[in-house]
Amino acid sequence: MVDAYKMFSLMEKENIVISFKGEITSEIISEVLRMAEDKLDGEKNSIRKKIYNILVEGLQNLYHHSETRHISEDMGETKEAILLIWYEDNTYHIQTGNYIKNENIPLLKTKLEKINAMSKDELRKYYKEVLNNNQFSEKGGASLGMIDIAKRSGEKLDFSFTKVNDYISFFDFVVKVKK
Amino acid sequence: MDKLIIEKTKQTPAVSFDPDSGVFNMSGRSIPENTFDYYKPILTWLDGYLKNPQDKTIVKVHLEYFNTSSSKFILELFKKLTPINNDMDDKEVLVEWYYDEDDEEMMETGEDYMEVSGLTFELIEVEEE
Repeated sequence: MVDAYKMFSLMEKENIVISFKGEITSEIISEVLRMAEDKLDGEKNSIRKKIYNILVEGLQNLYHHSETRHISEDMGETKEAILLIWYEDNTYHIQTGNYIKNENIPLLKTKLEKINAMSKDELRKYYKEVLNNNQFSEKGGASLGMIDIAKRSGEKLDFSFTKVNDYISFFDFVVKVKK
Repeated sequence: MDKLIIEKTKQTPAVSFDPDSGVFNMSGRSIPENTFDYYKPILTWLDGYLKNPQDKTIVKVHLEYFNTSSSKFILELFKKLTPINNDMDDKEVLVEWYYDEDDEEMMETGEDYMEVSGLTFELIEVEEE
């Protein structure tokens, strides 16, 4: 049995501003963005816009790239993901989690490590390069999204993969925005 | 040729492109999940305009937010107009890139578009209400 008070207290303690678990649909994206605008109403424009932009990219990554996981015979499959925004040490953390095929991990890991090794100026140059390259990836992304997120954050991206089974893992991704 | 008018939605910008004055306006947010569906008709309309453009085409862009998949199409839009500058004598394109004050990132994005597209840009700061 879930203890709502415990859950509530934990969320209070962790300064969770927004949390969502479920399938990311177009309607959910709009709703979460609307909520974020409400919650960040008191923030400086520059911080609000940074978080909003990172959130748009993060949610659309979940929308386009989340994988399905088979849970059980009676419950069927899920394509659910999680989004958390929490605040600690003068820093907003935009955290997402979703399923990813094990076979896709090495490429994503390489991309993220490449981005993390870059300075602010290098990121801006790399962004222009990828923007100007005419290849549209199948899902319209061309990993421009991750570069954009890193550029706006100004902090290193935190990520990890937790193996679920031989086919699938859970991708945990944290983007920081310092005030 | 008809004007291109697209109403603004929560996810997509308002567009008003007038082929007779050569003034193109785009404003709002561009954060749709399926960017192609939104931008394809705009790029197609521009193909028509390119056959007989005005002496001066002014593209006024004032976007509050846009996602990275929109950013590719916005560049496509600018690139489509470069032949007017490069290949047509006495005809030119000017982009007016509006950004809200304090939005340094949007200003930098304008600089990046200027560099990558090769068009002439004017970066204009707008005071927020």
